[in-house]
Amino acid sequence: MSADILRFALAYAQIALILALALACWRMLRGPRAQDRVLGLDTMYINAMLLFLVIGMGNGNVFFFEGALVIAVLGFVTTVSAAKFLMRGEVIE
Amino acid sequence: MRHLETLPPWAAILIAVFVMIGATMTLLGGLGIVRLKGYYQRLHAPTLGYSGGTGLIILASMLMFSLLEGRWIVHELMIGTFIMITSPITLLMLGRAALRRDRDAKLGHDEIVPPMLRAPVMPQPDEASATAPAPAAAPPDRPHR
Repeated sequence: MSADILRFALAYAQIALILALALACWRMLRGPRAQDRVLGLDTMYINAMLLFLVIGMGNGNVFFFEGALVIAVLGFVTTVSAAKFLMRGEVIE
Repeated sequence: MRHLETLPPWAAILIAVFVMIGATMTLLGGLGIVRLKGYYQRLHAPTLGYSGGTGLIILASMLMFSLLEGRWIVHELMIGTFIMITSPITLLMLGRAALRRDRDAKLGHDEIVPPMLRAPVMPQPDEASATAPAPAAAPPDRPHR
């Protein structure tokens, strides 16, 4: 019984997160200006991290957590350097 | 999926509610990032996923692995703390970059144009030469992307 509830919830969460990922990807591909694309990319990083956490919960595997942590760190660095590039025209001055 | 049967029913219901609400908030943030009109409105949409989605899914994951292993497993808090610290920084920097780009587009010197492509230099206000590293005049009808 509890396994059925959890299986349904995890499947729903995976579908919702994949939909959110697709919507952010649409904004990244379609965005009228560069900062829209960077915002879409940042949202995609966070959604992929949450998807990794949910998949790890479904598998009962703790090692997806480390992948999610790496994705979070890479997303932060990517977005900050892209925002700095948009603001200044160069990353390291 | 064998591990899911070992959880008590109250924990299963609690974890399911947390995960579903978190995923729904993230999906609403994704809808907002598509549906909203202006860039500065769109900047607010994914914060639903950053705060609510991350917090609830991390809470559910901590609860589930703690009950499965029979001891406290709190290393998901690392992700939560990291996201809580970094998401204001990234969105603040994105917003400031967009503000600066909008102002530069309004002043008409948004991009550094290579010299062979440069249009005839237009008279620039003083603030333009102070902020731009290399004041180059772009034609005002140039699409600013």
